[in-house]
Amino acid sequence: MVIGGIDIVLLIASMMVAATPILLAATGEMVAEKSGVLNLGVEGMMIIGAISGFAAAVATESPFVGFMAAAVGGAVMALLFALLTQYLLSNQVATGLALTLFGLGLSALMGQGYQGIKPPPTAKIDMGPLSDIPGLGPILFNHDWVVYLSLLLVGGTWAFLKYTRAGLILRAVGESHDAAHALGYRVIRVRIAALMFGGALAGLGGAYLSLVRVPQWTEGMTAGAGWIALAIVVFASWKAERVLLGAYLFGGVTVLQLRLQAAGIAIPVQVLSMAPYLITIIVLVIMSAPRGRATLAAPAALGRVFHASH
Amino acid sequence: MKRRQFLATSAIAGTALGLGLAGAALAQDPLKVGFIYVGVPGDGGWTYQHDQGRLAVEEHFGDAVETTFIENVPEGADAERAITQLALSGHKLIFTTSFGFMDATLNVAQKFPDIKFEHATGYKQAPNVATYDARFYEGRAVIGTIAGRMSKTGKIGYIASFPIPEVIQGINSAYIHAKKVNPDAQMKVVWVYTWFDPAKEADAASALIAEGVDVLMQHTDSTAVMAKAQEAGVYAFGQASDMTAYAPKPRISSIIDNWAPYYIERTQAVIDGTWEPLASWKGIGDGEVVIGEISDEVPAEVRDEAMALRDKIGSGEYHPFSGPLNKQDGSAWLAEGEAADDATLSGMNFYVEGIEGEIPQ
Repeated sequence: MVIGGIDIVLLIASMMVAATPILLAATGEMVAEKSGVLNLGVEGMMIIGAISGFAAAVATESPFVGFMAAAVGGAVMALLFALLTQYLLSNQVATGLALTLFGLGLSALMGQGYQGIKPPPTAKIDMGPLSDIPGLGPILFNHDWVVYLSLLLVGGTWAFLKYTRAGLILRAVGESHDAAHALGYRVIRVRIAALMFGGALAGLGGAYLSLVRVPQWTEGMTAGAGWIALAIVVFASWKAERVLLGAYLFGGVTVLQLRLQAAGIAIPVQVLSMAPYLITIIVLVIMSAPRGRATLAAPAALGRVFHASH
Repeated sequence: MKRRQFLATSAIAGTALGLGLAGAALAQDPLKVGFIYVGVPGDGGWTYQHDQGRLAVEEHFGDAVETTFIENVPEGADAERAITQLALSGHKLIFTTSFGFMDATLNVAQKFPDIKFEHATGYKQAPNVATYDARFYEGRAVIGTIAGRMSKTGKIGYIASFPIPEVIQGINSAYIHAKKVNPDAQMKVVWVYTWFDPAKEADAASALIAEGVDVLMQHTDSTAVMAKAQEAGVYAFGQASDMTAYAPKPRISSIIDNWAPYYIERTQAVIDGTWEPLASWKGIGDGEVVIGEISDEVPAEVRDEAMALRDKIGSGEYHPFSGPLNKQDGSAWLAEGEAADDATLSGMNFYVEGIEGEIPQ
């Protein structure tokens, strides 16, 4: 299917690739925020994931090990944040910003000597005849495993928050940590677990950049993707399905505008460049408008310090 | 008690600080030179080369000079804060190394008349603001020639950052020279509106490759385009830096910005007190623009052709913008035998005839 010189099927397939890093990071951050902690260090965790994953993949020749190392790297960063904010009760906003700066600096240091190296290719999953289905095949059945993992994680997160007891506890902690504490739930532990999950996903997102999407290590290569992930969580009003929509929309329009330019379609470039931001905002505003403020509301305890004094 | 102790301690600290400062002032103060970077020194491209220039200054002057840099400074209001920070911390010469720092540099320069500022690739001077630029378009002519010869589809992709004269010169120059050697050459331009965003640069490269482009040029700072070119098996050129890690393929040659001689010269001028607000614009002839090694992927006759062109440009025998040339709309620009003047080039806001698409205004 070709419209205006652009193969729509290939476009949708590349859109999914472009959206995967922010989708992973945003899903993780959503879980952390659902537990009531605002971690602005997504960018820092992503870039640490990007370099840990890259280094591990190069050392072991295995992209899988790379992604696992990235998840660990991101989670360690998140643990650092958790120690500072949950035990030492530091300010979450300041600590998150510091985590980003720290991550950018540390990753540059870790990345010395990795410039210009090619990572082992992340294989696409061979789905046999499924990937030959016209149209659907290249869109749904011709990706690397991380794309599917990211979708599974979004679905899993959605189900976890909506249907499981543990998910309910996590949300309770995020809505009112005092009440959750009074009921005997371990607020700090829940939050640390949520933060580490968020860090691991941010790390995976970063590694997807350095191992698949670009694929190379460059200092500062996340270039703001972490901030976009943070914005998507807010626009998605802390709902997993909307995070998916937001990330795909953003990734999709980003790729689309570049393809439109390459195909020489005469739409003013400025309009195209701002389109990803604009359309993401518009769609999510429309989606959340009719149901009033309640649907937009953040977890009630988001960003508030919890200290068990009794 | 506590307060008294605090006061005593700070008094001692204050005295020590005062003495320390006085001591430093008595000794020969090293000249502090500051740099503002738009990206990171590890980008492997634009900022990397500026940082190499900075290191060359340190090496050349030794203890007589102290350098500082601030990386990842966004082009816009925040740049002013970063430049002010350098100005307030005793830097006497400050290089702001991206086009978008132009107004911020001038604003800060106005407040610090005793400090010398040098703005890269801009066009606004002041009594204490000089500008310096390199004639990248000379290098573009050479790699444009190689691109025209190496492209089988005739489609050459150009990943452009912002629609400013410096970038437009490059697109025009590359196109003119590709077209000269390959009448089928087409230029496909994608504007990414960033200097440094590896993911976006890679996406733009993929989009161009999907359009049938088989030679890529870039005017952005990272090596992401190289990685994509390598994956797709198309050719590309090192940008701003040599990017030899990607040779011999996809990197078949490169344009290298060599800022070191200029940085050393200007630092010396401040030390000697002979600094003047100039508008420096050097090219291949002065060694500020260098063509990187042409790899073995390129046939020998193409290499010789490119080298001959480089030498003719370097000696001043040939100007990359020589008539007859028309503008994109078909109106005459340069007549036969006429070469473009610097004023027109430094304000270039039009494509030459044959390039499709519009420059975003």
